[in-house]
Order: sequence, then C-alpha cells, then structure tokens
Amino acid sequence: MKSKFQPDENGYFGQYGGAFIPELLYPNVKELADNYIQIIESEAFQTEYKSLLKDYVGRPTPLYLAKRLSEKYGAHIYLKREDLNHTGAHKVNNTVGQILIAKKLGKTKIIAETGAGQHGVATATVCALMGLECTVFMGEKDIVRQAPNVARMKMLGAKVVPATSGSKTLKDATNEAIRYWIQNPATFYLIGSVVGPHPHPDMVARLQAVISEEMKWQLKEKTGKENPDTIIACVGGGSNAAGAFYHYMEDEAVELIAVEAAGLGVNSGESAATSQLGEVGIIHGSKTILMQDEYGQIQEPYSISAGLDYPGVGPLHAHLYETKRAKFMNATDKEALAAAYELTKIEGIIPALETAHALAVLPKIKFKKDQVVVINLSGRGDKDLEIFIKHLEE
Amino acid sequence: MKKLNTLLAQKENLLSIYFTCGYPELGDTTQVISALEKSGVDFIEVGLPYSDPLADGPTIQDSSQKALENGINLDIVFEQLMTIKETNKTPLVLMGYLNQMLKYGEEKFCQKVVDCGIETLIIPDLPMVEFENHYQALFDKYGLTNVFLITPNTSEERIRKIDTYTKSFIYMVASSSITGAKGEISEQQIAYFERITAMNLKSKCIIGFGISDKPTFTIACKHAQGAIIGSAFIKHIGANGIEKITDFIKPIIT
Repeated sequence: MKSKFQPDENGYFGQYGGAFIPELLYPNVKELADNYIQIIESEAFQTEYKSLLKDYVGRPTPLYLAKRLSEKYGAHIYLKREDLNHTGAHKVNNTVGQILIAKKLGKTKIIAETGAGQHGVATATVCALMGLECTVFMGEKDIVRQAPNVARMKMLGAKVVPATSGSKTLKDATNEAIRYWIQNPATFYLIGSVVGPHPHPDMVARLQAVISEEMKWQLKEKTGKENPDTIIACVGGGSNAAGAFYHYMEDEAVELIAVEAAGLGVNSGESAATSQLGEVGIIHGSKTILMQDEYGQIQEPYSISAGLDYPGVGPLHAHLYETKRAKFMNATDKEALAAAYELTKIEGIIPALETAHALAVLPKIKFKKDQVVVINLSGRGDKDLEIFIKHLEE
Repeated sequence: MKKLNTLLAQKENLLSIYFTCGYPELGDTTQVISALEKSGVDFIEVGLPYSDPLADGPTIQDSSQKALENGINLDIVFEQLMTIKETNKTPLVLMGYLNQMLKYGEEKFCQKVVDCGIETLIIPDLPMVEFENHYQALFDKYGLTNVFLITPNTSEERIRKIDTYTKSFIYMVASSSITGAKGEISEQQIAYFERITAMNLKSKCIIGFGISDKPTFTIACKHAQGAIIGSAFIKHIGANGIEKITDFIKPIIT
C-alpha cells in the first residue's frame, strides 16, 4: 500500500516538495536521490548507524514519565529525552546517518547550515569523528546569540562562515550553504532539517525516525500500548517533529501536534508561525508553505529561538498541515520562556528554547483523564543560558 | 521589438547585458534599457529582483536587495516595461525566480510578460522535470519560450534533451559557479566549450556567468553565438551611475 506520507518519485508529499534547483545542482541532487534509500536500507549502513547511535550518541534515549508535569496538567506526560543525546539534541541522529551516506558516496568535504548551532555542532562532531573537513554556514545574527555553539564548532575543527545577507539567520545560512555547494559540487551538503530539495526532506525524516521507533517499544513497556494519544513537538524546519511523528503518521488514532514559534505574537509582524502566516511558495529548492509578501519575496521571520527562526517548513509538514493530519499550534517567546522555567523548576530539566515551545502549549490543551502524551524533548538548554538568565528577572 | 530568434540566426558575437530592475534607482529600469540599446547591445536580460536569489553571487544579490529597498515590485516592473514597449527595439529576456511567478499567479504573470512584448524567460530554479510536468503547456499557451541552463557537469544525454526543448537559446553557464566575475577563462572551461560545440546542437548557445570584459567576451564568442555580462555591468552602474553606460559597453563591442 502506498503511504500518504511518503514522497512520490519526484519528491512530492501531496502538492509539497519537489526539487526546485538550478541546473548547477542537478548532478549532486540526482546522485543522492538515486542512492539514498538503497544506502539507508543496506545492512552495512544499518549495522554501523545503529552501533554509532548506541555507543557514540547514547541511544536509546529515555522515555521519562514526568510526574509533576503530569500532575499539573492532568495527563500522563512522557518526555522523549533527545536532550540526552551526545551534543545535546536530536540533530545528531541525522548527522551520524548522513555522514555515513557521505562516506559511502566517497565525499570528503562536508558543508552544513545551522540556526541555533545545534546542527552545526552535530555536524562538526561527526566530521571530527570521521576525519572529514567541515564548513558550517551560520547567520551573523545567530553567531552572536548562540556564541557557545560557535565556540564548540571551532573546537571541533569546523570552519564557521558567517552569512551576512538578508536577515542574517537560518534562511540566509542555508542560501549561503547552497551557493557554496553550487561552486563546490564535490562537497556533501549535510542538511540539518527536513527541508531543501528532494531527497533531503525524506532522507532526514528517515534518519530521525529512530525517535518514534524507540517511542513505540518504550511506550509498550511502560503503558502496555505502542501508541500514545498525543505527540507534541516543536517545528522550525521540522526535523525533530518528523522523527517523533514518523512511525505514527499512518495511524490516525494518534494525535500529532506541531508547535511553531509565534515570536511576539502570530499577527505581531514578528513571528515565525509559518503555517499561520505563509502561503504556497518555494524556498531552498522545495515547494512548501512559506512566509512571503504579495510578490513572492521571502519574509524575514522572528523568534527568540534561533532554531525555529525559519520562514518555511518542511514539505512533509506542509502536507500534514494541509491534510489536517497534524494540528498546528504556536507559542510566543514569553510562553516558551515560561515553559522552560517551569520544566526546570518542577522536573529539573533545562530545555532548549526551541523545545520550550512544545512545552508551552500544555496550558492551552484540555486533556482527558489518563491521556497519554509524549513531548519530544528535542534539545537541552545549555546553549540558551544567556537568554534564560537575561529574562529570569522579568 | 526585434525577434530574438531572428537575431540569433543572423548575427554572431551577440552581446547581452543583464541588469537588475529598479537599480540603482527605482525609476532607472527604462533608462538603462534605452542606454543599452543606444550603446549597441544586442539583447537585454531584465532581472526581477528577488529576496533569495540562489544562483546569484554577491553583486547581483546586493543590487536586488537595493532595488527591493527602493520599492520595486513586479507590478512596477511591468508598468515600466509597458512604457517602452513601442520605442524599444532590442529584444528583452526576463530573468526571475520561480516563486515570483508562482505567487503573482502563473497565468497572470505570463499574460503580463506577453503584454510587455517579451517572449523569453530565464528561471534558474525551474528544473526540467517541473517544466515538462507543469510549465511547458502554460508557456506554449502564451507563446513564451523557456531558456535552460547547462553547466560543465550537465550530462550529454541531458544536454540533448534540453536542445530539443529549446526554442530560443541555451544558456551555457561558463563554470560551476554562481554569477559574478572570475577574471580569466581557464583551459578547462575552453575544453568544455569545445565539447559542447562538437555536439552540433540545433540550438544556439550563449555563454554567461564569469564573463566580464572584452577579453572574456571575445573568448566566449569564439565558442558560442554570444555572451551575457551581468555582475560586471551592475558593478559599473553601481559605481558610475547610469549616465556612463556607453563607457562600459563600447570597449567590449569595438
């Protein structure tokens, strides 16, 4: 049976996706599109990938029943602890997988874009592990607000190139990475989210799918059932949500909630809630929902969280939104900060600002008694301490 | 307006200039076109400023950003082009990114382009498969032709296919790069030009990306029907204003 949530041969999820790339990138993208599934499904890849995830990354990550949080919101709230991964977020699931694909394709130079710096760090980490040259493009504005991650990347041996065009954030870092890729076709573009031209969105989703794969057996152990009632994850480009939703997408009994960053408020003009503010458009080689003006100029998003500060969303998520398979909610900067302080205070876990957006919708949902909820705790908040400290007094 | 195809069939050493609409000043679009025409440029690539021009280097990006800050938009561009529809005799080719057409409305966009007397489009992020599946019929309906790009890494099979789809010219990207001057043309690039010549394509080729001055233009013309200069021209008008356009063009074509 053909799945509704797998891409077709041209990389479309419903009307979203595709590969809108200049001819200059065609050979690179084609090489990957022709090989990625075969590589990922090969026994050699699976053996090495699983072994690295276990012994290097520290998987499986725990599925933790957050008792005090559960009491407060009147549901059984489990946290999928992606924050406990090596490098502090779910990003490394993808970079470990892609670095193995790059090696298999004989690539020796790796480039990546990064927003919050988590993907940059995860890429620099696997490049150090494999002895490959690494260049990370990062918006000039993000370099300032995520300084600890910049230092980490440099220590790991990566070259960090500031993106100085446009809004100087994730969108522009991705533009610069793509421009570099055009000029250096022998490099492997290790993309950090379920965005970009086909096959990148599908490839990254498959590599993050380990999150929901583990959730299934962990829930079975803890609750007797593989399925939760609800899964909540934050969405910028959408890689952690894609991973948390992946093995549940076909099962409509499981409610999927994607939380976007509303910045100062959805309609404030300073927001990154793409599904609410966007329309069909093309960004970074993919047809998706895009924040743009009436002439198709891409708008500059805003969020306190560098990892959610993206004017598009992955094509899979655009499809989940349009088909109403996932419910899209959003949280403002303030709500995210409050949720981060709350989790820290009552569960002793400092979440990343991105992740805090997923937690921030808890007060907005009316839970049924005994509802089993999994929140994908996508990353830890060490990188955001400066922002947390700054707002602590407020 | 002269037909681009007549020009491609009858004249060699064609010089095309790319410029960004609404740059350096919002109202400069028509004056740049008329100055280019007076200077003897054969056809003109009219660039629609875009916020995220993936195939362009810093010079064209910056000019696009400036033009957008000047307040340029598609409606203004079409209004500007309409005012010179009767007077301008030099073929115009419209270059923009697919999202601009998508958001404007594909049919409405095509109609406006035709109304302005333009028949040829360059959309660098419109891949061949999307052209085949979604755009070929639309462009045919409006009598528009799409220019495909080929690069040193485009396979022979793909070039042959592009050749069959081409109704105006093939845009031969001189190197694996984004737009912008690179200085000299390498032996490796010449080998690539010669490889394409040896393929005996039915379509004429015009070389672009990295063509900036008389020497690079001359070499390009040896291997193709002509060449497009973009970034170097943008730099010139950025530094000298639009009054001295002839100073840039004359040394190249004489």
